[in-house]
Amino acid sequence: MTVAINLFIPCYVDQLYPQVGKATVAVLRRAGCTVHFNPSQTCCGQPMANSGCVQDAATLARRHLDIFRGGTTVCPSGSCTSMVRNHYAHLPIALNAEDEGTCARTYELGEFLVNVLGVDDLHAHFPHVVALHQSCHGLRELGNGSMSERGGAKSPSATERLLGKVQGLSLKKPKRPDECCGFGGTFAVAEPVLSTRIGQDRVDDLESTGAEFMVAGDMSCLMHLDGIRSRQKHGPRAIHLAEILAAQ
Amino acid sequence: MSHAPTDPHFHEVSERFLANRERTAWHDQSLWFVRTKRDRQAYQTPDWEQLRSHAAAIKAHVVDHLAELTRQFAQQARARGWTVHFAADAAELNRTVHGILATHKVTRVVKSKSMLTEECGLNPYLLERGMEVVDTDLGERIVQLRDEPPSHIVLPAIHIKRGEVGELFHRTMGSPAGETDPVALTGYARADLRKRFIEADAGITGVNFAVAETGSIVVCTNEGNADLGTALQPLHIACMGVEKLVPLLDDVAVFLRLLARSATGQPITTYSTHLSGPDPLRPGHEAHIVILDNGRSGIERDSEHRRTLSCIRCGACLNTCPIYRRSGGFAYGWTIPGPIGAVLAPSMIGTKKAKELPFASTLCGSCTNVCPVKIDLHEQLLSWRARIAADGNVAWHKRLAMRIGALVMSHPGLYALGGWTVRKLWPRLLAFPVGPLKPWTDTRDLPDAPRQSFRGWWKEEGDSHG
Repeated sequence: MTVAINLFIPCYVDQLYPQVGKATVAVLRRAGCTVHFNPSQTCCGQPMANSGCVQDAATLARRHLDIFRGGTTVCPSGSCTSMVRNHYAHLPIALNAEDEGTCARTYELGEFLVNVLGVDDLHAHFPHVVALHQSCHGLRELGNGSMSERGGAKSPSATERLLGKVQGLSLKKPKRPDECCGFGGTFAVAEPVLSTRIGQDRVDDLESTGAEFMVAGDMSCLMHLDGIRSRQKHGPRAIHLAEILAAQ
Repeated sequence: MSHAPTDPHFHEVSERFLANRERTAWHDQSLWFVRTKRDRQAYQTPDWEQLRSHAAAIKAHVVDHLAELTRQFAQQARARGWTVHFAADAAELNRTVHGILATHKVTRVVKSKSMLTEECGLNPYLLERGMEVVDTDLGERIVQLRDEPPSHIVLPAIHIKRGEVGELFHRTMGSPAGETDPVALTGYARADLRKRFIEADAGITGVNFAVAETGSIVVCTNEGNADLGTALQPLHIACMGVEKLVPLLDDVAVFLRLLARSATGQPITTYSTHLSGPDPLRPGHEAHIVILDNGRSGIERDSEHRRTLSCIRCGACLNTCPIYRRSGGFAYGWTIPGPIGAVLAPSMIGTKKAKELPFASTLCGSCTNVCPVKIDLHEQLLSWRARIAADGNVAWHKRLAMRIGALVMSHPGLYALGGWTVRKLWPRLLAFPVGPLKPWTDTRDLPDAPRQSFRGWWKEEGDSHG
């Protein structure tokens, strides 16, 4: 069965991490999807919404919904996905039933593969020790797996399930399983000292697992963590979930 | 003399705290330890998530029926012999409490933990009028002796190390120099406080829950200081925010299961004391309740933020917050720090003064997950950001940057050209000594800019085998 999907590549991935976009395409195709990419897409509006500039965010949300209207959207970022799926409803724009459908059918890559397609084995091969950073928005806003704060039954996140099937990969978890990396969008530049400190603690925790790589479903967390790793010249290198799944 | 801070300078104060790396690590780890204790309790309580939902529903009912429940509570409380007072604001609460104390010619007061009296600045008000007020909660006593406000709502002295407590007690209570053993130090504080409990003419307490059905109140402590601070003195004054009401005595059972587990990871506080008015066995004993509004009815009318009134002041959102753990409580510059403080402050001191606080967050959402009454804290932070911007309290250059961003992003051609230009100039931008990348590059590297964007690749070859 071929599933047609609209690929949503976050603006910073488009410009700074094209390899993550390419890996996403490869993984989706391997999972049997036909991938469409509409080059009219730009930014989902999250930086504006998180800065309180909701009118500016609404302008971009309107564009985004018009571009992705009607289909199934897949995005290699939990944060941008959550912006569309959860936060557009709170912006000053009128959403009709079709818009609401577009929001509801916007998925983060990992959850799309596991929960929508029912695929967790992408026949990937990545013979390395990898530490998992659970990105907050994928975990807590999309409900991508169990959160350490919540009671009740525990289930692995889609990210964990996918990585568990990668041949040769040894998955490690940091002592604080789902602590924030400290990026937080504009917070990272508004409070750079605090943001960096949280990130340094995160890199230390991930490094203490003995991993060569740190993996996440969000390149934004990884940009921050890898920036710290690169500056301090030690710690695991950042790699996006899609890049591992694409590796054969 | 502790004071009620109302002028947050988050950026400046948090950076001062962070300058001491070792202390920041210690503060973070101490609070993380409390959070993991809380997690264990949450995992061990099989119906934890249902309990949270139930508590949230009770509190939503309370906020929806505040006036009605207040009337019922006041009526029942009076029937039990409480003298009930209402205070519209902090000044009225202070005047009322002082008036009661002055009428009884009180000069020495013991007080058990109450964030509400911190909010009102009651201690300095009474001290200025010649009364001696002794905080009897150990942590509160420590910060009182240091002339500081609490830095946490449940663990007021969490920012202070035991060596510092030893020095403080040596200076103020004559404990041996160099004593750092917590048990020994607690012993000195206990002996000193015991004397003050006996000498005091009146006891002031906070209120954790006020039961409308019965007209009684519940005060939760671990040290029994509210018990000793009400049982020995002829006069008791309880101070509560109007949101502390619960409809039924049975409701208290729900909250007692949640409060200490969320706060410190204990199944329950050592003492959960029900107080039902004057003690009939003590002739002349008087009991007063002061019910404070101080902006709470304004929050109740604000449909977007009214659920913040559900807060039971457990502090779980502080302990889990990656920001609070590393900024310290004083960075918030207001009585209540952490995520809950950041969403209450704009309501209570206005968006102009509190403008930094809702932005002091990564919106990780952990606060929302731990909240025992399910306040959607990180969503509240986000909605306050919009309100702060709408009130004109976001800096013009940030608003302008977002406007330009939205403009560029509205035109894919402009966006692609802008992206191309930035990538071409990237090495120079990174090397530039001032500029927009500086706050990032001061402490973090950026990746090398790729030759081609994803869309460039898609146009050239990506689409070919789709």
